[in-house]
Amino acid sequence: MMRGFVSVYRKELYLLFASPIFYAVAFIFLVLNGYFFYSSVAYYNLLSFQAGQNPFMAGQLNLMDMVVRPLFMDICIVLLLVAPLLTMRTYADERKTGTVELLFTLPVTDGGALAAKFLGVLTVLFVLLAGTLPGMALLEYLSDLNWKAVLCGYLGLFLLGSAFMALGVFTSSLSRNQIIAAVLSFGALLLFWVISWMSSVLGPGASRIIEYLSIIRHFDTFSKGVLDSRDVIYYLLFIAFFLFVTLRQIESYRWRG
Amino acid sequence: MIEVQGLTKFYGTVPAIQDVNFHIHKGEVVGFLGPNGAGKSTTIRILTCYMPPTAGEARVDGLDCFQKSLEVRRRIGYLPENVPLYNEMTVRRFLRFVAQAKGVEARELPREVDRVVDVCGLERVRNRIIGNLSKGYRQRVGLAQALLNNPPVLILDEPTIGLDPTQIVEIRRLIRDLREDHTILLSSHILPEVAQICQRVLILNKGRIVATDSPDALTAQLQKSAKIALTVEGDGRQLARALETMDGILAVQLESNHHSRLILETDRSRDLRPEIARKVVEEGLGLLELKAMDLSLEDIFMQLVTEEAPVEEGAVEASETAEEGK
Ligand SMILES: Nc1ncnc2c1ncn2[C@@H]1O[C@H](COP(=O)(O)OP(=O)(O)OP(=O)(O)O)[C@@H](O)[C@H]1O
Ligand SMILES: [Mg+2]
Repeated sequence: MMRGFVSVYRKELYLLFASPIFYAVAFIFLVLNGYFFYSSVAYYNLLSFQAGQNPFMAGQLNLMDMVVRPLFMDICIVLLLVAPLLTMRTYADERKTGTVELLFTLPVTDGGALAAKFLGVLTVLFVLLAGTLPGMALLEYLSDLNWKAVLCGYLGLFLLGSAFMALGVFTSSLSRNQIIAAVLSFGALLLFWVISWMSSVLGPGASRIIEYLSIIRHFDTFSKGVLDSRDVIYYLLFIAFFLFVTLRQIESYRWRG
Repeated sequence: MIEVQGLTKFYGTVPAIQDVNFHIHKGEVVGFLGPNGAGKSTTIRILTCYMPPTAGEARVDGLDCFQKSLEVRRRIGYLPENVPLYNEMTVRRFLRFVAQAKGVEARELPREVDRVVDVCGLERVRNRIIGNLSKGYRQRVGLAQALLNNPPVLILDEPTIGLDPTQIVEIRRLIRDLREDHTILLSSHILPEVAQICQRVLILNKGRIVATDSPDALTAQLQKSAKIALTVEGDGRQLARALETMDGILAVQLESNHHSRLILETDRSRDLRPEIARKVVEEGLGLLELKAMDLSLEDIFMQLVTEEAPVEEGAVEASETAEEGK
């Protein structure tokens, strides 16, 4: 049982890291984050230079609020962009090349294979996020960083990214075409992102629900350095739901043949 | 070892197989024959637990393919049709993956991979990327993958399709070597191949089993007429007309591209060869070849598959006579 899971996980890792998609995605991800990092640090620099002449302003300056939090939001947006590209091949490619027949007839449960595939894309997510850590280390070197808050933000990023991945794995199980899988997951994720914009139009009851559904609202508390169990639970539920429907989708795929 | 009862599978509302029944005993090598779209792959996919049946049941080693799916999968080595493989991987990495997924222990992994590499003759390509391999080697990698962890049952869906003649011979030799300690079910279109390798054939047509027996028994059972091949020196058209009227000859077929070769269908009860030879000499032609042809499995197969539709044949004949009448 465990061996089947480990073997599929290793296979997924190999295929993920052997594919040019990963390198293209990692390149774009790091370049964009480098740009965002540089611009927010430059801005902060300018402000602190002005604050040198204005003691009142100096009290307002805060590295966390002015650099780290905007940076986290930028990472969220880039993740939204790249997550569908990382998950699109998960099942679609296996169906297209027919290897799904191999995978589904090995003595590995569907759940085990899904867990291995999901953990595979989470590993890539982890690597991407780890790639942004040198920037944080640089901030720590230049000034003092509140590491507890930063780690809290990273936990939020990882949970948010995992939720993106869960939805992406699901859309990948819907089609044998990777492009369709990517487009579907990008669209659905964007919808979950902007859904809270409706809240001001709706009545108080409905707006509460819509606010709760919004995938990005739950990240706010993390980025402030606050760990709220309700937000953690939201992301875990989101992930569990999409993995569950993926499993159902695979089951129905087997029946249809 | 393999029991199939009342197996039926619908794709949507279209039936692919209907009420298929057969048994395969331990150690048997069985060939699965049928024209395109007969339902061979569908049956095989149910047996290998890729998809559940719409109705009926399939058992491997007494275990239901649907309820005890994982147990069944552990006992089967499967070579799917068209040999899907992870093209980005090297042969060795791929085989390690499959071996591990099949539950081979980490310590045993290299030895088990080496064993199948050796059996399938993959030493030369073990570090190559699968996507760059020739079709023959891909087929061998597929076979090697099926052999990992030494499963007692092998199910091979068209193992020699698309290979050149030397590769076909090689793969067949490989399968023959495996007969010793495996129960094998292999599907194929190539009938002599099945006759060579298998003790028994299952013939499937339009989703139903139409015959099951040993290749020899099938041949004997269905041989209604004997065929004689005749090659003469010169133009055989005149001879063909003369032979048509001869007693005991049911049909004469002149090969269209060169008129010196004839296929005669004769009554099985007596040997007409001396009379035919005399006739050839009478016509003033040289006799190059005269021999009795066994009805091949191919002919039997055609008979079984076409006998299904006597109405259509009758219809064709009727229209032909109508045209002649005009
Ligand atoms: N996934 C599918 N969806 C719908 N119909 C299918 C599917 N797979 C097969 N069929 C149909 O079911 C029938 C049986 O197909 P199957 O692949 O089992 O035949 P086969 O005997 O393996 O043929 P071949 O010799 O060409 O491989 C065919 O009519 C085919 O069109
Ligand atoms: Mg087939």
